[in-house]
Amino acid sequence: MKKLNNNITYFFICAAVITVFTLGCNKDITEVGSDWQALSVTKIDTTASNWKPCVITANDVFNIAVPDATNSAAYQKELADVKTALANQTAAQKEIIRYWSAGAVLRWNEIMRALVAKYNLPPQDSAGVYPIPSAANPFAYPQFPFSNPPYAARSYAYVSVAQYDALVAAYKLKMQYKRPAPYKVDAGLTPSVPKTDLPSYPSEDAVIATATFEVIKNLFPTEIDFLTKKAEECRRYKYWAGAATASDIAAGDSLGKAVAAKIMARARTDNMSLAVGNQAKWDSLANRPTFARTVNGKETLIADRSWYSEETPKRPPMLPFFGNVKAWFFAKAADVRMPAPPLSTAPEIQDQVKELYEITSNLTREQMQIALFWADGVGTQTPPGHWNAIACGYFQPLQMSEVRTARNLALLNMALMDAAITCWDIKNTYYFLRPSNFDKRIKTITGLPNFPGYTSGHSTFSGAAATFLSYLLPSEKSKLEDMAKDASVSRQYGGIHLRIDCEVGLQSGQKIGQLAIDRAKTDGVD
Amino acid sequence: MKKYTHSIIKRMLFILLCASMPSFSFSQTLNDGIFMPKNNFCGGFLLMQDKFENYWEGTTQRNNLNMGTMTMNGIGVMANYGISDNLNVIASVPFVKTQASAGVMAGMSGFQDLTVALKYKALKMNDLSANIIVGGSIPTSDYVAAYPLAIGNQSKTAFGRAMLHYLNSKGFTATAQGMYTLRSNIKIDATNYYTDKNVFSDEVAIADVANFSFRTGYYTHRIAGEAYIEQTKTLGGFDIRRNDMMFPAANKMIATRVGFTGFYRIKPLHDLQVVANVAYTLSGRNVGQATSVALGFMMAFDWRKKAVTESK
Repeated sequence: MKKLNNNITYFFICAAVITVFTLGCNKDITEVGSDWQALSVTKIDTTASNWKPCVITANDVFNIAVPDATNSAAYQKELADVKTALANQTAAQKEIIRYWSAGAVLRWNEIMRALVAKYNLPPQDSAGVYPIPSAANPFAYPQFPFSNPPYAARSYAYVSVAQYDALVAAYKLKMQYKRPAPYKVDAGLTPSVPKTDLPSYPSEDAVIATATFEVIKNLFPTEIDFLTKKAEECRRYKYWAGAATASDIAAGDSLGKAVAAKIMARARTDNMSLAVGNQAKWDSLANRPTFARTVNGKETLIADRSWYSEETPKRPPMLPFFGNVKAWFFAKAADVRMPAPPLSTAPEIQDQVKELYEITSNLTREQMQIALFWADGVGTQTPPGHWNAIACGYFQPLQMSEVRTARNLALLNMALMDAAITCWDIKNTYYFLRPSNFDKRIKTITGLPNFPGYTSGHSTFSGAAATFLSYLLPSEKSKLEDMAKDASVSRQYGGIHLRIDCEVGLQSGQKIGQLAIDRAKTDGVD
Repeated sequence: MKKYTHSIIKRMLFILLCASMPSFSFSQTLNDGIFMPKNNFCGGFLLMQDKFENYWEGTTQRNNLNMGTMTMNGIGVMANYGISDNLNVIASVPFVKTQASAGVMAGMSGFQDLTVALKYKALKMNDLSANIIVGGSIPTSDYVAAYPLAIGNQSKTAFGRAMLHYLNSKGFTATAQGMYTLRSNIKIDATNYYTDKNVFSDEVAIADVANFSFRTGYYTHRIAGEAYIEQTKTLGGFDIRRNDMMFPAANKMIATRVGFTGFYRIKPLHDLQVVANVAYTLSGRNVGQATSVALGFMMAFDWRKKAVTESK
């Protein structure tokens, strides 16, 4: 009997130990960004009224109402409303204030990356035919958009540019009218967000909210309800927090709309609608004479074999004409195009195929980790999104003004979009094979992208982003460059790119990053 | 003695099922109601294969021409020791290898999770017994978790199982059991992932698992067979979206399986136990429609007798 008791005791002690060991156990996930504190800007960048915008020009006049003076009856009524709102903050409003006060530019960047992840799904074929997502019919299958890396890069760019240009326009009016924030007019008012000396008309949160909404609703049209709600929160939170009046917000809303219209005018005519192509155009890409192609006006032997889809059934290449999309930092993709790769039969290439077979046949766990960390494939924010996340991780602790964050993200995302343009131009000019096109034994641990190999998109994006971010954050240069190298080589570990795809892609990206730096040096900011 | 040898064979099912990779099937099962006597040890190994071509993407059944047939082959080693007549300790670890017959996706291989469990006979009334089993598992290697052909999910588990077992003197047997498995969150090699929403984290919530089964059959000393039906479901998780990748660690998984286990003791080979199992997934959600086969070999040793002899 004593023995039995011992057994029972032993049994339950073991059970308890195992349970506690396994479950320190709370299934809640803490997401990056959930602990960001309210933005408290030390350098308010009043000179931003003179910074050079990306799309709008000095000639663009935005008709925004002249604000009422702070001693007017109309303004005093607004002020009283703000105080009432502040005194009656609901729990839901407190949460909205906590969320958005971390910075509207950062929060919208996060929202957009989540949307890209949600829509980053390739359509499934139906009876051997792959349906094309349609902006005209976005709720039907396949959902619109398929936010693959080029689509994502372009989306990030237009939203970031809209925010930056709208803020520059807002700063012009802020500096022109210099109407102070409610708590500067009434010292008895204590807002629930950090105070700033920045004039408050028009509201920068409202201008960001509306400019973003008016662009992003075209990029993710099925999300209109969600985006409407988010934009309304972003516009209003400083009103509830005692830091903006109704007319500050109304002016920001009007200005945001007017600026976004200019941005969308560019977006609608940037050739994106032609990037998908059609069966005849895909055929003409695949059926080009493989022994001679015209490159830069010269008849040159550039390829002896063509890339082909390894999917069953064969899928058309992803956005093969994205190289014709209107770039930010160069006139046409041919101007920055990298040279042709050697022929597929060249010893250099054959050696690299062998090398890749060796690498992928003997992957270490560390190489797998690098491949998977940088994979950024289906269902993720894509490589441009990953670099936005890296940038936001650096920017958030710096507590920069909204307009400076917007400018830095605008240039980063213009560079990433241009990286996509040059990379897709190079891919579809040379139509170079994927490693598994060369050697069927080469297996991948990441999805095999359905477009030509040379050059690597990840390498191009990463070269561009790391180069430009190193300019903004010189002390982080070596870390950023290491990240770019990891992202680049990750595609070899993944089994989907030869070394030359990655090395030339990185150089190509660095070239684009330098163009962004050249622009940054002349926009009046640094 | 005769009784416990049956249990040895049946115990191999435990390895069979605990080795199964999550996308094929899941659950860890300590199925039988019979105990090893004190100081008796049994050890052996089991060869197993799970394969499927069709799977459920949410509730929609489909195949995938870019994956073809997905196969998991494994070999498990196990050991069972009688601490007392009423308390056994059981341990197992499998080595598994996965592959897809079409497309370019690489398979994975490695040692999966070590499972250790204690089985306690709480109640015995004539032919009926009530047993409680508790245990847990930990990954034995840093295998990749978030991958369609992953060999496991890296979650640490703790499980508890209650079982009613009937075995009469004519050899007729029936067992009903329910099990709950707590599963810890995992870290993956990525910065964000999509469930039914995007998550900016490398940590993934892993849902707990419930399992119920009923088995019935006939035991004799030399040969035995038992048919079973079981359902396993995660208490949470998300559906695979249309044409998205499988994420076995975090998907909402339900599987209803039927199977049959037969065993035989080979007299000329010192009563070496041979066990064979076949199982098939009837219906499911975010799991493969897997066919599983296994073949195992086990040997029992009575250390108590030996000890007694030596002391003499």
